[in-house]
Amino acid sequence: MSRSLVTYVAVGAAAWIAAISAGSAAVPPQIASCASCHGAAGLGNAAAGFPALAGMSSTYIEHQLYDFKHGTRDNEIMKNMAIGLNGAQRKAIGDYYAALKVPAAKEPDPLPNGLGAEIAMNGDWGNKTTGLPSCDSCHGPYGVGVGDEFPRLAGQPKAYLAAQLNDWRSGSRKNGPLHLMSYVASKLTPAQIEAVAGYYSKLSANPNHLPKPGDAGGAK
Amino acid sequence: MRGSMMVAATLLVAGASVTGFAAAPPDKPIAFNPPPFSAIPKGKFGDEVKLGENIFRHTTVYAHGIIGDRLNCSNCHLNGGALADSAPMWAAYPAYPAYRAKNKKVNNFGMRLQGCFRFSENGKVPKLDSPTIVALEAYSYFLATGAPTGGKLAGRGYPKLAMPPKPANYAAGEVVYKADCSLCHKADGSGQYARGQTVFPALWGNDSFNWGAGMGSIKNAAEFIHANMPYGAVGTLSVQQAWDVATYIDSQERPQDPRFVGSVAETRTKFHDNKFSMYGKTVNGKVLGAQK
Repeated sequence: MSRSLVTYVAVGAAAWIAAISAGSAAVPPQIASCASCHGAAGLGNAAAGFPALAGMSSTYIEHQLYDFKHGTRDNEIMKNMAIGLNGAQRKAIGDYYAALKVPAAKEPDPLPNGLGAEIAMNGDWGNKTTGLPSCDSCHGPYGVGVGDEFPRLAGQPKAYLAAQLNDWRSGSRKNGPLHLMSYVASKLTPAQIEAVAGYYSKLSANPNHLPKPGDAGGAK
Repeated sequence: MRGSMMVAATLLVAGASVTGFAAAPPDKPIAFNPPPFSAIPKGKFGDEVKLGENIFRHTTVYAHGIIGDRLNCSNCHLNGGALADSAPMWAAYPAYPAYRAKNKKVNNFGMRLQGCFRFSENGKVPKLDSPTIVALEAYSYFLATGAPTGGKLAGRGYPKLAMPPKPANYAAGEVVYKADCSLCHKADGSGQYARGQTVFPALWGNDSFNWGAGMGSIKNAAEFIHANMPYGAVGTLSVQQAWDVATYIDSQERPQDPRFVGSVAETRTKFHDNKFSMYGKTVNGKVLGAQK
């Protein structure tokens, strides 16, 4: 107990120092507790399945905190974290993580292929417009994320990505604009979820260079 | 009963005696599934098909310098032009050569593709034997593998849409747009991009199709939207909403019709004289098509 508290404080302090040295604005006091799972640099914890927050859109993070508080995204730990936050605090936390940089890294070579890549880049339409669109068609090439509302998938822990898709399927996560992900996840099979989560977890969260689309092994 | 059997038998005999063509194309649309992308053959021809697929899906990259907007072919022909009810290339390819009222002549398939570059891509028109057109033809030919010519394929174009219960309305369309479209296409219609690549296409403005494009017809746009949008949540917009939002989108300013004949009024009379085009109409105090 006391040991975890020490870790907690130490990690929080490290995050605070990192942010100061990066020249960021004042660090919101909640960051210490965020950092215990999401990492001092906001890069998440792949082994434990905690997602990276660094470089995500501020709006997206704000919305998730709101949704954890109000139950449209059901997660016991995050509910406890979010329940006491007001709008200004959510915004401050979102701004803090949005400003943290993700170190640039190359895409793996060769790029992952197979079912996960197929779903990510082509979807599974079944020749019907009600079929499954590709993930990249909203989350951007190689899942780098698009704008405020379509978060980065690249480099997120496999367990995290799979859990989100399963939560949307089961209905325990029902947030997000236009319920798009609820529709999309309902079209995925368990094997596709496993494969596509694995695919994105292998990609660089901040590729310093995107392979030319359509190149062999590259994005469709 | 016996009569119809006799007719059937006669037809069978007649059919057997005919080689190479049927007396009349069947009335019923023919169901067709394109080959999987994994069936693209190896070798020179396969390379051309793959190039065509790349041009089709990543037009802004592979036809850079030809096109004048930021639209990929696959923005209006989903799943790389392989999807039924999303104007699939496998249904278009075997439908040409055909007469087109738009340019009042018989067009072969390459000429039809040229039309897309001129209007939907607001670009230069590649020559019929240019690498771009040839590759797109190769890709479309591949997608149409096994498709019959001369008959109507199910899933061609966009599905016909009933007229709306109430007249289509700009203000109602604006409400739909803000609620269901602006998330991806942005309130100003400019679309969204990631790492320089088009993710959500511009629906109006300089990065979108010009006034001569098929999608500038409210009817076409409503049909596309109802059958294909929102991405992943098809079926959530009513017929009325599709018509309303198509009216809103097609009442915004966009690049000039390349067939412009000197005045907006004359250009409307010549090319837009129908109730589905807003070109030359006044919306919010401005004449559409009068910009530059």
